[in-house]
Amino acid sequence: MPNIAVLVKRVPDTNAQILVSGDRVDLSNVKWVMSPYDEYALEAAMMHKEAQGGVVTAITLGAPECDKVLKDAKAIGVDRIIRVWDDSWSELDSNQTQMALTSAVKEISAEVVYCGKSAADTGAGSTGPGVAERLDWASASNIIGLEFEDSGIEVIVPAASGNARTGISLPAVVSCDKGFCKPRKPNVKGIMMAKRAQVEVLAAEIPASGINIVSHTPPPQKAPGQTFDGATNVPAVVAALRNDANVI
Amino acid sequence: MSETVVIAETKQGMLHSVTAELVSAANALGSAPTVIIPGTSDSAAAAVAELAGVGRVIACVGDCFSTYDAASWAKAVDTCAPAGIVVCAASQNGKDLASRLAARRSISVVQDVVAIDGSTLTQPIFSGKAMQNIVLSGDAVISIRANTFAAVGEGDGAEVTVMNQSADIATAVREMIAKANERLDVAEADIIISGGRGMQDPVNFVDLERIADALGAAVGASRAAVDTWDEIPHSMQVGQTGKTVNPSLYIAVGISGAIQHLAGMRTSKYIVAINKDAEAPIFKHADYGIVSTWEEALPILESELKALLG
Ligand SMILES: Cc1cc2nc3c(=O)[nH]c(=O)nc-3n(C[C@H](O)[C@H](O)[C@H](O)COP(=O)(O)OP(=O)(O)OC[C@H]3O[C@@H](n4cnc5c(N)ncnc54)[C@H](O)[C@@H]3O)c2cc1C
Ligand SMILES: Nc1ncnc2c1ncn2[C@@H]1O[C@H](COP(=O)(O)O)[C@@H](O)[C@H]1O
Repeated sequence: MPNIAVLVKRVPDTNAQILVSGDRVDLSNVKWVMSPYDEYALEAAMMHKEAQGGVVTAITLGAPECDKVLKDAKAIGVDRIIRVWDDSWSELDSNQTQMALTSAVKEISAEVVYCGKSAADTGAGSTGPGVAERLDWASASNIIGLEFEDSGIEVIVPAASGNARTGISLPAVVSCDKGFCKPRKPNVKGIMMAKRAQVEVLAAEIPASGINIVSHTPPPQKAPGQTFDGATNVPAVVAALRNDANVI
Repeated sequence: MSETVVIAETKQGMLHSVTAELVSAANALGSAPTVIIPGTSDSAAAAVAELAGVGRVIACVGDCFSTYDAASWAKAVDTCAPAGIVVCAASQNGKDLASRLAARRSISVVQDVVAIDGSTLTQPIFSGKAMQNIVLSGDAVISIRANTFAAVGEGDGAEVTVMNQSADIATAVREMIAKANERLDVAEADIIISGGRGMQDPVNFVDLERIADALGAAVGASRAAVDTWDEIPHSMQVGQTGKTVNPSLYIAVGISGAIQHLAGMRTSKYIVAINKDAEAPIFKHADYGIVSTWEEALPILESELKALLG
């Protein structure tokens, strides 16, 4: 029976306003949630267990306040919850993040890892394939379909000429887009269980950061646009797109 | 200064035009790059060699490139690519390959770079609600968003070397499922016209398609449109949980401009909004806003474009 891992990350709610104060984003007043695609990854992990049995472990990398996303995963029904952290860490780059998560995956001897296709804060989509490479495993990214088989899984991934129905033997890392499942909601029993659940905390060896974050800045301001009242102005806009903007 | 390496972007074995932008980004990093072109043959290498600003070209040839398998692509490309800063396209497969390559070399990956100023790289974070400016402290793999660097022109012809590679494929494509709509993908298009819930009925997207055909544009949609109507597939969705697009022109029709929609299209060079509600938030982000119903505006837009573009 498979040992299933799911990576869940705490991020600001996608509705949150992100302000820059000094040379860093100020996240002191945002509401925090599980990254939206991680909800699909969590559902995929639960579906895998329901199909084949096994144990589901939710893993997060972050400071103690990240326990909340693990408790949220516990309320959905995962078996174990693990947080990887060392108080000396801050602003980890991709290399450090992937090393820390990889060591947690090794620690629990997982055979399949589900994660989100990209986290709502970084938008990167680096972690799934990066962890797979470090484990020397197969990977599939941005999956929009998932079936479980005796010897592996079958996923659907978008490709240039259509969608590719692809067979993957385990072990593998699977990064999840939305569309193939509807994440379940926690029930009262789950929420009660989650309250009592213990978070296991793991340490890890990580390399030095490969980047220096110089600053965060607000997005470039565009020149204010023009608004026209009524459809009779459509020809004027078409002319502007042609002559001023040069885009048609 | 270490070497700069570009991984050429291909689409079904052909060179993708974004490669000329990647070379331009590598030039901004200060060197004429080595360009690696992966493929089942070296047939696309000549087109790369013709680009200005290219140092040399390595055709990385192997059967493993017949379909996209992350593990085997990374392994084969890694063998051909010298050490240095590696530049990929921030496309779906480009970002995936960039991550694998960086992990293979135990270096950082920096995705979606939109500006290079000296040694400072800029990437959007929080779906473009802020920018992150970074300096690399060693080699790294970076991916570049399309449409942010001017494409290089034609050069004198760089030298091409062929390196044959083989790598075991870990995933097997069993079947290609044709896309429900054969239209241009929003992720590929330089002009996009998108419809929202204000289109009232999926049938009315035909009006957007006719304008798209006149412009050579793709048709996109808001999440409300995708969620409300089965006829509008998720592949058309632009936004936080849809596709991130960066076209020259984005036309939003009957779309209110929610923050999650803006997350996917706010970097478009020009934004046109057609909405009947003068207070709709989309107007704050539009270069050209037209306060009108689509029923009134689209027929005029179509006839104007047809008159102009033939
Ligand atoms: C976690 C999360 C992720 C999300 N991800 C996305 C995403 O990826 N993409 C996305 O788009 N949304 C996303 N959303 C949803 C988003 O918040 C909005 O609900 C959605 O974008 C609204 O779509 P809409 O503008 O088409 O619809 P509405 O908000 O209903 O707006 C319709 C607009 O049409 C106008 N209108 C009506 N009739 C006409 C007419 N006849 N002519 C002209 N105009 C007319 C109205 O004035 C109105 O402004 C997400 C939300 C959450 C919580
Ligand atoms: N700090 C983290 N803790 C747990 N999971 C993470 C973390 N960072 C990234 N992930 C996982 O990797 C996915 C992609 O993240 P990213 O590469 O940052 O876009 C996320 O959706 C998560 O599933």
